Amino acid sequence: MSEAERDAVIRVRGLKTQFGSHVVHEDLDLDVYRGEILGVVGGSGTGKSVLLRTITGLQTPAAGEIEVFGVDVLGRGAVRDSLDDRWGVMFQDGALFSSLTVRENIEVPMKAVPGLAPDIRRELADLKISMVGLPYLAGDLYPSELSGGMRKRAGLARALALDPEIVFLDEPTAGLDPIGAAAFDTLIRNLSQSLGLTVFLVTHDLDTLYAICDRIAVLSERRVLVTGSLADMLEVDDPWVREYFHGPRARAAFADTATGTED
Amino acid sequence: MAARQERIEFGLSETGAEAVLSLSGALSIRTVSVLRQRFAALGFDRSLVVDLAGVERIDTAGAWLLVDLEARAQAAGGSFGLRNVSDTTALLLDNVRQARPEREDRPAAARGIQALLEQIGRAVVGGLRYFADLTGFLGLFLARLGRVLRHPSQFRLTALVAHCEDVGLRAVPIVALMSFLIGVVLAFQGSEQLRQFGAEVFVVDLIAISVLRELGILLTAIIVAGRTASAFTAAIGSMKMREEIDAMRTLGLDPGVMLFVPRILALLLMLPILGLIADFMGLFGGALMAWLELGISPSMFVTRLIEGTGVGHLLVGLVKAPAFALIIGVVGCHAGMQVKGNAESLGRMTSGAVVAAIFAVILADALFSVFFAKVGI
Repeated sequence: MSEAERDAVIRVRGLKTQFGSHVVHEDLDLDVYRGEILGVVGGSGTGKSVLLRTITGLQTPAAGEIEVFGVDVLGRGAVRDSLDDRWGVMFQDGALFSSLTVRENIEVPMKAVPGLAPDIRRELADLKISMVGLPYLAGDLYPSELSGGMRKRAGLARALALDPEIVFLDEPTAGLDPIGAAAFDTLIRNLSQSLGLTVFLVTHDLDTLYAICDRIAVLSERRVLVTGSLADMLEVDDPWVREYFHGPRARAAFADTATGTED
Repeated sequence: MAARQERIEFGLSETGAEAVLSLSGALSIRTVSVLRQRFAALGFDRSLVVDLAGVERIDTAGAWLLVDLEARAQAAGGSFGLRNVSDTTALLLDNVRQARPEREDRPAAARGIQALLEQIGRAVVGGLRYFADLTGFLGLFLARLGRVLRHPSQFRLTALVAHCEDVGLRAVPIVALMSFLIGVVLAFQGSEQLRQFGAEVFVVDLIAISVLRELGILLTAIIVAGRTASAFTAAIGSMKMREEIDAMRTLGLDPGVMLFVPRILALLLMLPILGLIADFMGLFGGALMAWLELGISPSMFVTRLIEGTGVGHLLVGLVKAPAFALIIGVVGCHAGMQVKGNAESLGRMTSGAVVAAIFAVILADALFSVFFAKVGI
């Protein structure tokens, strides 16, 4: 397989996470390759967000190894800390700091860059605000004054503040209207192409999977059941996967994309 | 790899009408400050070409700098070109070019004396409006109470009992301890002063009148305001936040009947009882201290108490309890209903409710004092 030669930026082996006696993941393996958009799907409670939190080091697993750019996420020290500006995380509701304006939120990670002049920082924050499709004046608003979709965009802008190599997106399109969701998809695709971004995205949105994901990983039975392209998913002989990718909603989403590409 | 230390090399060669700026290294957020200073010195009198052949890495900050330079060159009427641009860089530049924000200015805020006057005006109007709102809320409570009296089947007795336990029973230890200590302090301080005149025995009157008339009920109300007004605001506010109150309305349930009546009624019932407990404990503390410090025996204390202090003092104190209960309950529930959809407003409203309730209780107590003095009770 050529996949073995590809550059795996995230490498998870034998991961086990559990809360008390409840085992969420067991013997979970996953690779994410440079420059791809990986969509992680799975039923409710299969630990998609837990996986995201574990890879980003927010949750300590019971067993297993996680490497990002060859660095052990569970380790300590300067090498581990250097990961912090190579990845960005967008949480489900943006997770913006409520006492700061949107612009100040985006400037927070930039303040760690030595020698970056404050006026440039401000202009770059304005650029990020505009890149994620927010109006200029949104920069002066506080998170509580934004709608859910705007908070997500602002959260993405903060995740992208330092042009990280990997972004983790937790349900980026949940709760957005279809137009907003489609715009968000395009935005992610665009940024991934122009910045060479690797995207790890947890989603329930079939349209997002069809529109932008290069590869899909299905979480089921406490592990990554199967990974592959969308075409591969249609071949998989597992009841849950079949229902997911052959269900009425999946067919509708797939039909839309198919006609979209023919045009 | 080393993302933390990035270099940028900068070379300028001028040939005739064309200036070629060759960059090599990383054009990134870490080098952009240095580059911008260099770029500021560039003139646009001849056509400017930026050669990116040596650039190993470019990010949005770098692309922004190039686009910015391009815009400045075009604004100055010079020509500008890029050389050796890779496909991904071109895509990135396009993205940044499209996204380049248009500066918009917010409407300027008024400054100086005018702004100050405006602020004061707003605060005054806000205060009056708040007072009117509270009065409205009191009216709402009374109307709902009236409805419940006419239709007793709507009344939620279980909720009332639960709130009575929460508001009353659970507050007994803290209220009792507080007023016991107040009695002790009064006796101790009073005896020091009265001993100078040899009038130690008047310490009984001092304790009885101050505890029964004022301190017992006032301090109880303050403690209850801190405990209960905040609890009401937090409970109702979080229900408001999670749209439970809207859900109630759509189900035909009246939040006034369901939430406010049991809570405020529980306070109305419990505060006089708590006040009575406070009075008793205050006298007990005072008597104990008078016995230990001045040798006034408990039986002497009781005799003196009955002789010197009319039952009127107790009534003057306790008659204030329902008024304080209404104030605390109305302020707490009203603040809960003002909570918006986010957690910050819940926190702000909760602390605001406590301050407002305590302030209103003290204000009401002052008004009562003036009133009783005028009518001569």
